[in-house]
Amino acid sequence: MTIWDPSRECMSRDELEQLQLERLQATINRVHKNVIHYRKIFNERGIIPEDIQSLADLTRLPFTSREDLRLDYPYGMFAVPLREVVRIHSSSGTTSKPIVVGYTKNDVRMWSNLVARFMTASGVTRDDLVQIAFNYGLFTGAFGLHYGAETIGASVIPMSTGNTEKQIMIMQDYKTTVLVCTPSYALILADRMNQMGVDAKGLSLKVGLFGGEPWSEAMRVEIEARLHLKATDNYGLSEVIGPGVAGECVCRKGMHISEDAFIPEIIDPDTEAVLPPGSTGELVLTTLNKEAFPMIRYRTGDLTSLDYERCDCGRTGVRMKKTMTRSDDMLIVKGVNVFPSQIREILFDTAQGEPPHQIVVEREGAMDVLEVRIEVTERIFTIEVQRPRAFLEMFKKRIKSVIGIDVAVSLVEPGSLPRDEGNIISVIDRRQI
Amino acid sequence: MNSNDEQTTDMLRIKNINTYYGQVHALKNVSLHLHEGEIVTLIGANGAGKTTLLNSLSGIVPAKSGQILFAGKPIHDLPAHRIVEVGVSQVPEGRQVFKPLDVADNLELGAYVRYRQREGRKEVKTALAMVYEFFPVLSERKKQLAGTLSGGEQQMLAIGRALMAQPRLLLLDEPSMGLAPLVVQEIFRVIENLSRERKTTVLLVEQNARAALKIADRGYVIETGKIILEGAAAELLDNREVQRAYLGKDKKEIWER
Repeated sequence: MTIWDPSRECMSRDELEQLQLERLQATINRVHKNVIHYRKIFNERGIIPEDIQSLADLTRLPFTSREDLRLDYPYGMFAVPLREVVRIHSSSGTTSKPIVVGYTKNDVRMWSNLVARFMTASGVTRDDLVQIAFNYGLFTGAFGLHYGAETIGASVIPMSTGNTEKQIMIMQDYKTTVLVCTPSYALILADRMNQMGVDAKGLSLKVGLFGGEPWSEAMRVEIEARLHLKATDNYGLSEVIGPGVAGECVCRKGMHISEDAFIPEIIDPDTEAVLPPGSTGELVLTTLNKEAFPMIRYRTGDLTSLDYERCDCGRTGVRMKKTMTRSDDMLIVKGVNVFPSQIREILFDTAQGEPPHQIVVEREGAMDVLEVRIEVTERIFTIEVQRPRAFLEMFKKRIKSVIGIDVAVSLVEPGSLPRDEGNIISVIDRRQI
Repeated sequence: MNSNDEQTTDMLRIKNINTYYGQVHALKNVSLHLHEGEIVTLIGANGAGKTTLLNSLSGIVPAKSGQILFAGKPIHDLPAHRIVEVGVSQVPEGRQVFKPLDVADNLELGAYVRYRQREGRKEVKTALAMVYEFFPVLSERKKQLAGTLSGGEQQMLAIGRALMAQPRLLLLDEPSMGLAPLVVQEIFRVIENLSRERKTTVLLVEQNARAALKIADRGYVIETGKIILEGAAAELLDNREVQRAYLGKDKKEIWER
């Protein structure tokens, strides 16, 4: 199996640590100079860049949270002037305002190569036809995989999401060999193929690169059986770069993190203490060569553990376990990040008040469904009487506009939502992944 | 972390060196490395600390703290002449050839460490032959006084002199300075050949970032004593921070879009 960049992916840990130290120091020097947010925090805590003399000194630096990114909306965390930013992407924030991230020309090139690494690790080559069924837009998923595939020299079919029958027709006619989408969409495709009477064995699919939401080994087995391809996992997040932080190799015993680009740490989400290798905790990432949007100790909210043992594939980057759970209340619905606080804010705006409500997430077949159950209040009743269904439509439209997904909404009788000691359980996630 | 059993190919590894000129903190926690056979360039504006770094490496202005490992062995505590013996040669800024001496004598002086060894004379002869082959123009001017050579020829003499010690690591301090563009091209071609044919590891300090990045594998950018960037040469060529750092361009606030 080929390795995209052996000089980096198979570096001895000794050389890797020297490189990480150099890049970390350079990054700290740069952010101290260019990013007001970091300069302020460093000053407040009496930290100077010279304090960072070893990788262990990383713990002296403060964490960066999603909240920090929200406060500095939109460009407050950028480390270069806007005219050097050639790409802007965004991702869900905890409120109606998204998180904005930027890339310089070098960042885009570096990003493409990071994605090329894990795509190559899954067996993708320039002879492949890659069908990308991620949503093309402000999300980093589609463009990340797109540029990675092009960098390898593969032929890219930018299908975006939706139009499932056409996706299948393209797979048949164009002879797609690599499928890129969320794991749940893979199952939706499999379901539709069944309905259409299309046999996956007759397709040319070889590999599936799935990500964007948590998925279990059981799901992997099902996807592989039904689509007749090898399914691999990869991990990333927009705040740090997008896809390309980590990906599985042939051994499929964890995802190799590109440690020449990111330093991973595992912390206890409550005490913020750094945990030893092997412990499960929240993944924290520090970027080492991002120009436009460097991140120092960004709390991802994803729970995982790190394995530093040698991998048979020859790559020396530490392996992280599949991320299945989070340390915060963020939901991932149809591959999209959703915060209950966003829904709460939109509800407040639409209902001009905060009616008691509950969010219920279920998986029907392969599809995630998010339902917001709202107890009728006087206000809502008045709006509904004047114009039936107006409130519900308005609410659904706003959610679609801000968060990007369709949700189900229902009005229920006041007091009918289950309460636990007077408090409504705000989120019920019934999905078994 | 599990220990690795692979040999490191780092010819040079610098970790957190701090160098002072009296009270002036000229190098702040500088970390850097060079693989064997690489050409690495250090670029930055005047006064950024480039020459100071080379001087700390060669022992002329030792670092006050930090670590310098050459082929795995610490050299930050060694006196300058020992560092040359170990295989590190510096071509100083401004050439600094011995003007009253002729080319041949300049070169022989560069090999003085070899004379003290048993096989001394023979090695010096070999080295001399190698340098004359590399720099035919010097071969033509063996008896000419160094002070009467042109700028470009003096630069070649300075490099040749450093090569006489048969260094494993060559430190070049602004070889392009004061030279006409065509001559600079030729000097850089020579440096490239050195790396390619003789596998010499080269640390090239330059203000002429563009020319240096064109022949280097990787580069570091230094600004007021701190490393602010590390990357492949091609990436650095595309990076505005580089221009900001060494041209002092773009002093506007980052948020003035």
